[in-house]
Amino acid sequence: MSTYTTLASFAQTVGLLYFVGMFLAIAVYAFWPRNKSRFDEAAQIPLREE
Amino acid sequence: MAQSQVQKTLSVPEIGASLAFVGTALLCLFIASGSVDPAYSFHIYIFAAASVAAIFAIGNRYFARPAVIPQEIDGKPNYNMAPVQFAVAAAVFWGIAGFTVGLIIACQLAWPALNFDLPWINFGRLRPLHTSAVIFAFGGNVLFATSFYVVQKTCRARLAGELAPWFVILGYNLFIVIAGTGYLLGITQGKEYAEPEWYADLFLTVVWVVYLLVFLATLWKRKEPHIFVANWFYLAFIVTIAVLHLGNNAAIPVSIYSPKSYIVWSGVQDAMFQWWYGHNAVGFFLTAGFLAIMYYFVPKRAERPIYSYRLSIVHFWALIFLYIWAGPHHLHYTALPDWAQTLGMTFSVMLWMPSWGGMINGLMTLSGAWDKLRTDPVLRMMVVSLAFYGMSTFEGPLMSIKAVNSLSHYTDWTIGHVHSGALGWVAYISFGAIYCLVPWLWNKKQLYSNRLVEWHFWVSTLGIVFYISAMWVAGIMQGLMWRAYTALGFLEYSFIETVDAMHPYYVIRALGGALFVIGSLIMAYNLIMTVRTGEAAEPEATPALVPAE
Repeated sequence: MSTYTTLASFAQTVGLLYFVGMFLAIAVYAFWPRNKSRFDEAAQIPLREE
Repeated sequence: MAQSQVQKTLSVPEIGASLAFVGTALLCLFIASGSVDPAYSFHIYIFAAASVAAIFAIGNRYFARPAVIPQEIDGKPNYNMAPVQFAVAAAVFWGIAGFTVGLIIACQLAWPALNFDLPWINFGRLRPLHTSAVIFAFGGNVLFATSFYVVQKTCRARLAGELAPWFVILGYNLFIVIAGTGYLLGITQGKEYAEPEWYADLFLTVVWVVYLLVFLATLWKRKEPHIFVANWFYLAFIVTIAVLHLGNNAAIPVSIYSPKSYIVWSGVQDAMFQWWYGHNAVGFFLTAGFLAIMYYFVPKRAERPIYSYRLSIVHFWALIFLYIWAGPHHLHYTALPDWAQTLGMTFSVMLWMPSWGGMINGLMTLSGAWDKLRTDPVLRMMVVSLAFYGMSTFEGPLMSIKAVNSLSHYTDWTIGHVHSGALGWVAYISFGAIYCLVPWLWNKKQLYSNRLVEWHFWVSTLGIVFYISAMWVAGIMQGLMWRAYTALGFLEYSFIETVDAMHPYYVIRALGGALFVIGSLIMAYNLIMTVRTGEAAEPEATPALVPAE
């Protein structure tokens, strides 16, 4: 196989899984029920500055 | 306090920067001595003069400053707002300049005699002057001002560095002057939105790295444990622009005595690099950076937290993951491999979701406070900007579909699309932020006149509507005329017939542009009167500000 084909197939499989996996992990983190209060708190940051 | 007894000495950055500027000035004189290109020599002398001016400015500042600049005063962060003030003023100045040049070239298209047969003001040179002035000079200064403001406020920490923030803002504006005068004198590398030549690019790289360091160092010393979402967007903007700039400007100069350089990429790779850069300039400069403004200024002005902070996290990562792949849609039906075109199209269509997620997040922040739209024209401006954002991010994916693109590409539909995003979204959210910032920064109770904001809003909204509707009609007509065949299979129209058919729309577009310029002049008057005659806000806000240096 040429270098191009090797790189392309690597990008198309590992790259895809890596990015989708990372995005899913972020979505889970964002919607994890226990994190809700932390994010509600963070949303107040601009409103409670001196 | 004990601090006042400390002996005042030159700080390490002051000594280091002064030496660096001495070196730069000498290097510039050496280059100027060998240069044969007058425009290039002119630029090198500007760099030399700026270096000398910088050394004097550091000296002056040393005599004016206290021995130790406190990070906090009475337990409150001692915010460094003078660079922010400068960037706001520069944004207003460049905005008016850039909109005016846009109006001039719109008139040149309607009435070509306005070229006056002078090389310096022909359309080809003024057009990059317009795009750079509005995107990089106006938009860039808005991003510097708001990012330095927001990062300090949401981290509750003084901006990192004392000279560095000034170097970033003054250096960037010097880059703008070099780029703009270069276009008029005929210096360009001919890449859209990346026209400045190698020496200006190198200088911008230094400025940008310092910008990144100032931003990161401020985040590093934050008092607020959580990094607010607006800072994530700013950081993505700064990092990605750095990567794009380096990739698309990998050029080798002919000699240090010449402004000319050659890019290391060639053929279709060069085209792909250019549009990877070009589309992400839209994605990360004109979108991520201005979304950061939305996430701070809309909640602040509406006095309500963002609709969903969790959505903002998903919005951020989805936007970052998808945008970077959308560039190939600029190269449909070219030598670019088909799979790359399809990839660009697919990612552009997917991009619709995070774009609208973000828009909904901004708009829904007003739920329960919609009545404020009636009384607060500044908030209304920001909300209308979100509506335009939603509109242009719906139109963009549509135009990236190959079948649609075969009609829209190379026509004025693209120009209409760009301006609904640039005028409606970027400029309006910027105006909103500037109207918020000026009273805050200059410690005024309120703007000089809300009526004038109303006038600005309606005059420029009318201008945008004239502009984009004229360009839609002109663009689609142009696309249809180009692909019209006679019964015998010949092209029905010659090119000049399509140009002639667009004349009335070009006149309407120029009228829309004129209204937009008038709106920006109304804003400038309102802001100047706010600073000069506005009633001071509560005196206790004063110690938080350090006097302008």
